[in-house]
Amino acid sequence: MSLRLASSPHQHQQRSTAQLMRLVCYCALPGFALQCWFFGWGSLIQFAIAAVFALGIEAAILEIRKKDFERALADGSALLTALLLAICIPPLTPWWITAIGAFFAIGISKQLYGGLGFNLFNPAMVAYVTLLVSFPVAMTSWMPPVALAEQGYDFFDALRVIFTGFTADGYSLSQLRMGADGFTMATPLDSVKTDIGLGLTLQEATSKVQFADGFGIGWLWINLAYLTGGLLLLKLRAIKWQIPVSMLGAILLVGGVIHLASPDLFTSPWFHLLSGGTMLGAFFIATDPVSASTTDKGRLIFGAGIGVLVIVIRTWGGYPDAIAFAVVLMNMTVPLIDYYTRPRTYGYQSRGKKR
Amino acid sequence: MSNQDLIGKAGLPERLYLTVKQHIGTEGQLQVAVGDQVLKGQALTRSTNLFSLPIHAPTSGQITAIGPHVSAHPSGMAELTVEITPDGQDRWHSLTPLPDYQQLPKIKIIEAICDAGIAGMGGAGFPTHIKVSPKKDVEFLIINGAECEPYITADDRLMREHAWQIRQGIDVLCHLLNPGHVLIAIEDNKPQAIQAMQVACQENPDYIVCPIPTKYPAGGEKQLIQVLTGREVPHGRLPIDVGVIMQNVGTCFAVADAIFTGKPLIQRVVTLTGEAMQRPSNVWALLGTPVNHLLAQAGYQAQRQNTPRLIMGGPMMGFSLVSDQVPVVKSTNCILAPTDQEMILPEEEQACIRCSACADACPVSLLPQQLYWHSKAKELDKAQDYHLFDCIECGACAYVCPSQIPLVHYYRVAKAQVRQQEEEKQKADKARDRFEARKERLEQEKTERELKHQQAAEARRQAMASKETQASSNAAAALDRAKQRQALDQPASDSGSNDRVAAAIARAKARKEAQAAEGNTVAPAEQPPEQNKQDKVAAAIARAKAKKAAQAAENTQASDNAPAETDKQAKVAAAVARAKAKKAAQAAEKTETSDSTPAETDKQAKVAAAVARAKAKKAAQAAEKTATSDSAPAETDKQAKVAAAVARAKARKAAQEASTDNQSDTPAEAKEKPVKAPRAPRKVNKTATDNAKAETDDPKAQRIAAAIEQAKARKVQKDQAAKPTDEEPGIAMAPEVTIDEDKKQRVAAAIAKAKARKAKQNAQSSAANQQENTEE
Ligand code: SF4
Ligand code: SF4
Repeated sequence: MSLRLASSPHQHQQRSTAQLMRLVCYCALPGFALQCWFFGWGSLIQFAIAAVFALGIEAAILEIRKKDFERALADGSALLTALLLAICIPPLTPWWITAIGAFFAIGISKQLYGGLGFNLFNPAMVAYVTLLVSFPVAMTSWMPPVALAEQGYDFFDALRVIFTGFTADGYSLSQLRMGADGFTMATPLDSVKTDIGLGLTLQEATSKVQFADGFGIGWLWINLAYLTGGLLLLKLRAIKWQIPVSMLGAILLVGGVIHLASPDLFTSPWFHLLSGGTMLGAFFIATDPVSASTTDKGRLIFGAGIGVLVIVIRTWGGYPDAIAFAVVLMNMTVPLIDYYTRPRTYGYQSRGKKR
Repeated sequence: MSNQDLIGKAGLPERLYLTVKQHIGTEGQLQVAVGDQVLKGQALTRSTNLFSLPIHAPTSGQITAIGPHVSAHPSGMAELTVEITPDGQDRWHSLTPLPDYQQLPKIKIIEAICDAGIAGMGGAGFPTHIKVSPKKDVEFLIINGAECEPYITADDRLMREHAWQIRQGIDVLCHLLNPGHVLIAIEDNKPQAIQAMQVACQENPDYIVCPIPTKYPAGGEKQLIQVLTGREVPHGRLPIDVGVIMQNVGTCFAVADAIFTGKPLIQRVVTLTGEAMQRPSNVWALLGTPVNHLLAQAGYQAQRQNTPRLIMGGPMMGFSLVSDQVPVVKSTNCILAPTDQEMILPEEEQACIRCSACADACPVSLLPQQLYWHSKAKELDKAQDYHLFDCIECGACAYVCPSQIPLVHYYRVAKAQVRQQEEEKQKADKARDRFEARKERLEQEKTERELKHQQAAEARRQAMASKETQASSNAAAALDRAKQRQALDQPASDSGSNDRVAAAIARAKARKEAQAAEGNTVAPAEQPPEQNKQDKVAAAIARAKAKKAAQAAENTQASDNAPAETDKQAKVAAAVARAKAKKAAQAAEKTETSDSTPAETDKQAKVAAAVARAKAKKAAQAAEKTATSDSAPAETDKQAKVAAAVARAKARKAAQEASTDNQSDTPAEAKEKPVKAPRAPRKVNKTATDNAKAETDDPKAQRIAAAIEQAKARKVQKDQAAKPTDEEPGIAMAPEVTIDEDKKQRVAAAIAKAKARKAKQNAQSSAANQQENTEE
């Protein structure tokens, strides 16, 4: 009888990396669906584009690196990256911009660093930041909520715009972006920022149509959906609570303090929490295990750092939404955080003390 | 589940394979040979030291082989194994129970535990008798009833069925350890076991049964201590350092068996489980039962496993067996035969996604992920920085890792590499030490050689220089002679007669002393005749020499009409020298004779004396020669000086000889002599220097003297050093090469010097005769 020899343990928990990634994707779906509901089919198409390019690029690079790409593709990490990227970029962004984003995400930020597990930065966020810096106009051309758009558009319109720049009826992207009142619609965050910059009070800035519900149409619901998905992730132990809690806590705290200091100039922390990509960032982006801190204490620091940076950049920085920058900046500090937050090992007096 | 039925009997296998070493420590000494008939419970090996444990025959039968057999070890390596073919009669060896153990001294109980061959039965297999004789106070005795791993139910069943006997074992341990508290830890998923133990312990309110949460690895020693006492065993220490001793329930059972029935450890409960077994159960398996016998009992169906695999131990820390011939040993708690669905074969590992699920699972709070990175990258020092060696290999991290990374395997490899590196380093250190020692030695030899060369060159240079001096001193001597003649013109008869009187006295004295010496020589009756004779001869020769020298001096004096003053002075000097020489000779002889040191030393001394005598003879001859061949008054001087020098040398030699020889018997004497002896030559020296103006007149003789002296000095040093043992004959002979020529002497001197140096080194290393060295 020849017996198979294996190293202990002989039993494994049945959740694999691929399952984990898929789980994260599934939990992001409610929010994504709402996003499509409020802003049109564009996002779905973007996801398709991003996914195709992400997988293609990953496969190509792995082939060049002579690695087994089928298994690597099956781990679902590229798909998740594509999804996050698609969620972040404006729905009707030209396809090649998305393609470039996918290339940056997978090719540069992930594979150039050595593939899954070796990337220092969150691939989707690196791609988003790169695109934002390279194509500032396209990347800030967010669609008005469907309900407020002068020109409604359907799936095929979206497809045409993304690939040709015009709908079947000949409307261009900028025309589609026109609001009912004839103004180009910015995202609520963007709008508030610009208006406050123009000297308007917060009251005046948020009296525009897109703030019908106080947070900007759709954004509240989208954020709540992502929050729900995130809580589900927590429940399923796919992520740990430290990063979302500390990040949201930091936003609430810092945003609250400056809001209390000057309510006219600074939006309420609730606005920060429930507008823009805050919830998405807190539960789906910052928690990316590869580029986040790996110790419990480190995760608290990491999340809090992102929270503070989000407020700082949103309030005083040059970009309306700051999740991507905050995450990428904090990614850089991870090795340091990890090193200084090593847990105390059993039998040692305190961390770092040897023998 | 395997814990549903009573513990069954595994029955007698056809053969039993008893690995000689079944515990942590050293193996016992074999007591049996192939062909011996053994009885059940008979010791097959004997404990020879603290860390060895005996093994016993689990049944009666015949020893059919003793040799290597596959062992219960992850590597499956073959180990020395006693093979027993049971005779089926199961006859017991005589047993000696100790029911009244409380009346016995503790050491007796500990001995009984050791003789029963009991080792920790929880898995590690540490000899129990060591654990129950701690040096420190025991605050907590923890009885570990928590299974080490899922699937294993051996302890559960044991507690349910034999709680009473386990309690008896605890009683014995308490008697030995006298602990402050006794905690019986049982996982809360074993309510029946908890109840059974509570019932068994109800008479002893001190025994507290503590249900603990079922969370792997709760049964781990350190984890259990932490859960129960809140204490952590500091890194690199033992549980006893925090006042805790832990014993497995199976061990308690075995202790009770050993004390109350006298039965040694010959069987244990083994869990047979896994979906490939039809009847998962617990059985009493005799130690040495091959696994395949147990599998047959449990209805193992190989076809249920697509990939056949057997695991000894639990699913987390057990190791896969290389063969189903592996025998049950003292620490075997489980045989696991899982189906493929039950324990999915590990898939190929994927990239680590830094999810740190592993870190959350690690009971030791390590960072398995970082350990993995560093282990994989072979950054062993960094891995150790992350406390690689604190990993208990529990497997919790690998269990949760979503990327299916066999983390524990990486750690094992890394640990092995570290150990190997350390071994290599030790080896390298040793090699380096050796190399350095060799280098040092070579260097030393080299410097020695150089020194020798230098000295030889020096000697040559000196020889050349002295030749030159000879020429110049000849001139000086001529001048001197002229001066002396001038001085002779003045009559000085008074002093002359005085001197003559002095000389006569000296002669008389010398003779007297010589006689005394002779007498001395004869005196000791216990003296071996041969040596006695030799000594007498030596003394006679010495006397003759001295006389001759004196005569020569007189002759010179007589035949010379040269000024009396110088003459007399010279004579005085000569006489003194003679006297001293005699005295010295006498001393030497005395030493020789009065000495009762072992023959070897005696011989040495004799040789040395002979050499000294030869020297004296030579010197005397030289002196005579000079004296006769030269009629110049200054020559007398020289003669005297030569004689003096010889005497000095001799005296010193003798003194040293004496001190060396005596040093072992009478230190006082030895001390006395060197003090006396060296003083004499100095006096002579002074006289000689005072009187003789043309000191350098006879370089030849002087050189001889110098060389002799040097040689002697070295020789003596050497003698001292090498004294108790090996005396190389060559060294002793060396000075004898004192034939007329300068050159030869110098060579001899050089050799002697070299030898002396060597000897000195010896002496230094042996650190013996320090005192003598300084005295010189
Ligand atoms: S095997 Fe893993 S979980 Fe267990 S102690 Fe080692 S690193 Fe920690
Ligand atoms: S559990 Fe596995 S994948 Fe996750 S951090 Fe640990 S080693 Fe990496």
